[in-house]
Amino acid sequence: MIKAILARIKQGHRTMRYPKEPLPLPDRLRGFPELNRPSCPPNCRLCADACPVGAIDCSAGLSVDLGKCLFCPDCVDACPHGGIKYTNDARLAANRREDLVVKGGEERRLAQALDAKMLKLFGRSLKFRSVVAGGCNGCEADTNVLATVGWDIGRFGLQFVASPRHADALWVTGPVTANMREALLLTYEAIPAPKLVIACGACAINGGPFIGSPEHNDGLGDLLPVDLYIPGCPPHPLTILDGLLRLLDRIDK
Amino acid sequence: MSRKYLLLQNGGAVPMSDVPLLSGEEFLTEIVSGVDEGWRVVSYFGAREGAALKLYCLLSYKSEAALGVMSTLLTAPSFPSLVASVPQLHLFEREIGEQYGVSFEGHPWFKPVRFQHRLGNAPGADPEKPATIGVTDFYRVEGEEIHEVAVGPVHAGIIEPGHFRFQCFGEEVLHLEISLGYQHRGVESMTVGGPVGKTLKQMEAVAGDTTIGHTLAYAMNVEALSGARVPARAHAIRGIALELERLANHTGDLGAIAGDVGYLPTASFCGRIRGDFLNLSAEICGSRFGRGLVVPGGVNFDLESERVERIGSRLTAAGDDLANAVGLLWDTPSVMARLEGTGVVSEQTALDLGLVGPAARASGLNRDIRRDHPFGIYALSQLPVETARTGDVYARTLIRWLECEKSLEFIKEQLAQLPGADIRNPVGEAGANMLAVSLTEGWRGEICHVALTDGEGKFSRYKITDPSFHNWTGLAMALRDGQISDFPLCNKSFNLSYCGFDL
Repeated sequence: MIKAILARIKQGHRTMRYPKEPLPLPDRLRGFPELNRPSCPPNCRLCADACPVGAIDCSAGLSVDLGKCLFCPDCVDACPHGGIKYTNDARLAANRREDLVVKGGEERRLAQALDAKMLKLFGRSLKFRSVVAGGCNGCEADTNVLATVGWDIGRFGLQFVASPRHADALWVTGPVTANMREALLLTYEAIPAPKLVIACGACAINGGPFIGSPEHNDGLGDLLPVDLYIPGCPPHPLTILDGLLRLLDRIDK
Repeated sequence: MSRKYLLLQNGGAVPMSDVPLLSGEEFLTEIVSGVDEGWRVVSYFGAREGAALKLYCLLSYKSEAALGVMSTLLTAPSFPSLVASVPQLHLFEREIGEQYGVSFEGHPWFKPVRFQHRLGNAPGADPEKPATIGVTDFYRVEGEEIHEVAVGPVHAGIIEPGHFRFQCFGEEVLHLEISLGYQHRGVESMTVGGPVGKTLKQMEAVAGDTTIGHTLAYAMNVEALSGARVPARAHAIRGIALELERLANHTGDLGAIAGDVGYLPTASFCGRIRGDFLNLSAEICGSRFGRGLVVPGGVNFDLESERVERIGSRLTAAGDDLANAVGLLWDTPSVMARLEGTGVVSEQTALDLGLVGPAARASGLNRDIRRDHPFGIYALSQLPVETARTGDVYARTLIRWLECEKSLEFIKEQLAQLPGADIRNPVGEAGANMLAVSLTEGWRGEICHVALTDGEGKFSRYKITDPSFHNWTGLAMALRDGQISDFPLCNKSFNLSYCGFDL
């Protein structure tokens, strides 16, 4: 027992202070992309051709679909003109699928808070039921991490629960494999209304690296109404936490 | 040892025409007598060849670091099963059966593996019948006081889906059947015609917690097929990343095991320390899971000297915290009482089933690809292989900790002596009509990738065997005659991949 107490003292208090204080992130983290369209030569589509999942569109200006983006370094490596640069800004979550399409020079469209009625219901207590529908355990691992002492989402009233009957929201990871489709829909039905749906990670949003496989649905698509899209492959835990706090009106900047 | 296999090295490629084509009978005899001599089956799969189906068997002989490969042509949709004499083939045969409509005569347990669509038809195979996930002929124990417990596919936590059926007599588990396939994304079918840009990204997510292990095997195959060489510095960085992946996952497992026996100090410390190791991977390549680091020909990111220093000091701090957190387990009798004697897999069972990785080593099998078929940096820098005897949850916990210690030392050693300057060499076109084999030791154990190329150097078949493919049956055996309440603990002590199995 004494050893456990000594260990407790040694390990210290390690819960991060976000959102009260910013969280230092690795310099190489690939977060929100900065687009520098003026530097693009005419008809250049090196970045679009290099993108393995077709997230970049050069046809009308330069745009990146963060819902498809794997945040890999391929486009940056392919572009000699400095047209795309990742920043280590991990705030990425949005409410609408179209808000995930980033164009140069536009204002950020980060997730907005729920309406007043939903905030009254869920603002101080939101419980999730996770369904993994083909996820590779990357999104799952970095969702799980939110419950550790380092992140401690319990302090915001957020919790992952064992039964859909206890849940307010469905948490979807993976591209929705044919073999999980029914289980996913049944779980959604089992959650009492009103309920939210969260699509976590590139797979759940648009199929991720597996986009185009006939064995799955390329993400949620129109299968269920999504309230929060969390981009990334997998999303950094901060991307997840930041999105949730915005949804619950705990962050306004 | 004069077998009819073509011998090759880990990370080697050979012309397909050199792969011995044996008659069905010879092929089967070679498997049986090879296994009797100490060879182990690392992969056994089918590939379409014109209208016929060719079966490839790949075996390993660890004391000579040799891999052997041979093939046979099927002209009918049936083939004799060897499971009665070589149990480690049981899932491979079922897999070939499901992927090509071959029936293996005499297989005692011939059921779907993943409820997936066929990749092709064996000559004369019956038309594919649509399979419904989870609908199969589950094994049942009959009796007045017998009850059945069915769990999944959706589990209580944030866990991948799978279906578990327990046949119980009171608390005692007489039998556990594990039925998977829910995660099937069609990775192997998507690789055909590649490599294309997203092939590497798919390899990163075959099992997303084993990004480095799988991308490394994939990169080794592409390098073997194209004759590319990898700079020494890249080998070292790959090794560092692979050991960081092992550290992060082992730390998570040590915490999860502590959590499942209700010992919360270690559980909560390890949950946080695991993140420290993941953050070190992000320090190297920007991703906590090593995404974007390994590429054919080398690595994408270099470690400049300040970064090396930063990683070194953070690694030491995390290592100290880990030693402190895990040390509590061995000093707490109530923890030890729950770990010892729970979920025993005997050495013989582990050998018969062909278990790999920490689960095999915990049952006394001395196997580790890093030493037995050294690749990359491990050809120069060896890690001692740790084994235990008892095969219980305690042994699987202990092995993880011992491996953490070795990985910590290994990374520090590599950071101190990073060689050369180049990190990436150009990679040419892949050779036509070749077969390449690469094995790596991921944190769960042996990862095997086999690539076959067509006349244009494109993948005609890409076979991935995740360690979980070998080990899920080990978990089922660990539960036999145990208590059903021990399932979560046993499950954590294996911590197998669903998507890596389901692909």
